[in-house]
Amino acid sequence: MGALTDLTIADARDGLRAKKFSARELASAHLDAMAAMRDLNVYITETPERAQEMATASDARLARGEGGPLEGVPLAIKDLFCTDGVLTTAGSHILDGFKPPYESTVTANLWRAGATMLGKANLDEFAMGSSNTTSFYGPVKSPWRRPGDNRDLVPGGSSGGSAAAVAARIATGAIGTDTGGSIRQPASFCGIVGVKPTYGRCSRWGIVAFASSLDQAGPLTRSVRDAAIMLRAMAGHDPRDSTSVPRPVPDYEKALTGDIRGLKFGIPREYRIDGMPPEIDTLWERGVAWLKAAGAEPIDISLPHTKYALPTYYIIAPAEASSNLARYDGVRFGLRVPGESLDDMYEKTRAAGFGAEVRRRVLIGTYVLSAGYYDAYYLKAQRVRALIARDFADAFRKCDVILTPTAPSAAFAIGDKADDPIAMYLNDVFTVTVNLAGLPGISVPAGLAAEGLPLGLQLIARAFDEETMFRTAGVLEAAAGFKAKPPMLGA
Amino acid sequence: MSLDKATVARIATLARIRVAEGDLDRMVGELRNILAWVEQLDAVETAGVDPMTSAVEVTLPQRDDTVSDGGYVDSILANAREPVKSGAGGFFSVPKVVE
Repeated sequence: MGALTDLTIADARDGLRAKKFSARELASAHLDAMAAMRDLNVYITETPERAQEMATASDARLARGEGGPLEGVPLAIKDLFCTDGVLTTAGSHILDGFKPPYESTVTANLWRAGATMLGKANLDEFAMGSSNTTSFYGPVKSPWRRPGDNRDLVPGGSSGGSAAAVAARIATGAIGTDTGGSIRQPASFCGIVGVKPTYGRCSRWGIVAFASSLDQAGPLTRSVRDAAIMLRAMAGHDPRDSTSVPRPVPDYEKALTGDIRGLKFGIPREYRIDGMPPEIDTLWERGVAWLKAAGAEPIDISLPHTKYALPTYYIIAPAEASSNLARYDGVRFGLRVPGESLDDMYEKTRAAGFGAEVRRRVLIGTYVLSAGYYDAYYLKAQRVRALIARDFADAFRKCDVILTPTAPSAAFAIGDKADDPIAMYLNDVFTVTVNLAGLPGISVPAGLAAEGLPLGLQLIARAFDEETMFRTAGVLEAAAGFKAKPPMLGA
Repeated sequence: MSLDKATVARIATLARIRVAEGDLDRMVGELRNILAWVEQLDAVETAGVDPMTSAVEVTLPQRDDTVSDGGYVDSILANAREPVKSGAGGFFSVPKVVE
């Protein structure tokens, strides 16, 4: 057996049950590795004491022959999930010192399943970004580098710390949130698996809100099986989130049959975009060949409103964000900058507390919701969103699952695209449609670009049909046989 | 729809974000670029299309209008700057609003 930090969740689970090692040993191995890799800036807050306490409790339960499906499994938690008594920053200055007096539903579900918290992972401020460079706590460095090139690369974003933690083997798994691609794009950049479930699968209660009609929590892991195990533990109806759906959560691991004979998978022609690197097209074609070889049938489909998805998103998401972020006013928690009057305090606090990208989006959101512009922008975007959802509904009459690239490029260097918001937004061109339509999507590592960096392929399924998504992803993963690790970890 | 300095200043006031006079020009440029880009939606025919207001088709649940939770004054004030505790209750404090 290799290093404890190299184990998948499934292997860790089996090894703990077989008493090959203890939850404390597993937690300690990760805490040591975290300390050795602080240069990556993956964690905003490390929680070693809590990790040891939780692992000790797991060992006691395992000794009694008890234990949940994630008993003793050490996880990184995106610092957008409220954790009782543990600093929760959302990557923003405005939440200075905020220690929630409650626990988010998704993390509470994970702890009930026996998982151990290693710490709170870095992210783009309020999850607004695709490179993890907008965090008040500084950018995350990807554990990956181009061979022979010293430049630090972005891990993707906004769940960049979560993805980097899993790729760098300083967490066995992690959770993130995905509003326009914030789990799947960093998973693609870091060579790991990332899942955005159907809207309504996971409770949003206790997650710092960005865009409420788009946000979903999901797992980042080193295998499709691990993602299936984690999602089952995270998901479920929660009366405290009225948009969480009262449906039973299937055993997703059981969906991994490896059998996709007769399955129809769609190839959307609009996802072949201008300027896309040819190697991404090649990888996509390889994905088609892999699924065909496993007995599935490719179907050409059309999603005609694809090119309008990003502009739609950049109206709806800032509109919802401007409303959600109204609560940060210096009164009840977080940063307060003193002022002459109440309004003066609000304005100074929000100017000092929000970073440039957050300010930009709050202003755009305020504008598109303001009197006289609401119909032209916001209502128009909601109508186009309906057409984008309809495109998918039409496509799923012809196919069971859709195969696309996850992102239009591999990881780029920290600082690239920093001066051009729209170039940065284009990272999410293949993922954002899925959020707008409320569908489940997964990114599976599928190969290396010529420059030695990981690339992912995305599978999209019908709403609440994560089982077909996982089943197909399992086949894709096996065919791709992606084994590459970040060079810094050695061979 | 062209955005000018006065509009950006008004939006910033509505959003309660102080923008220094010297930053307004840069902000106007940035926001204009983003708005020009999203305005490509004008090319989409949406007559007769209902706006999508929910990501999944669910009927929102209802419950009896009764108090089901609460009583956490200390927890709620725990993160406040300069809270004022008073008897069983407590207050957030803000700069003076009325004379």
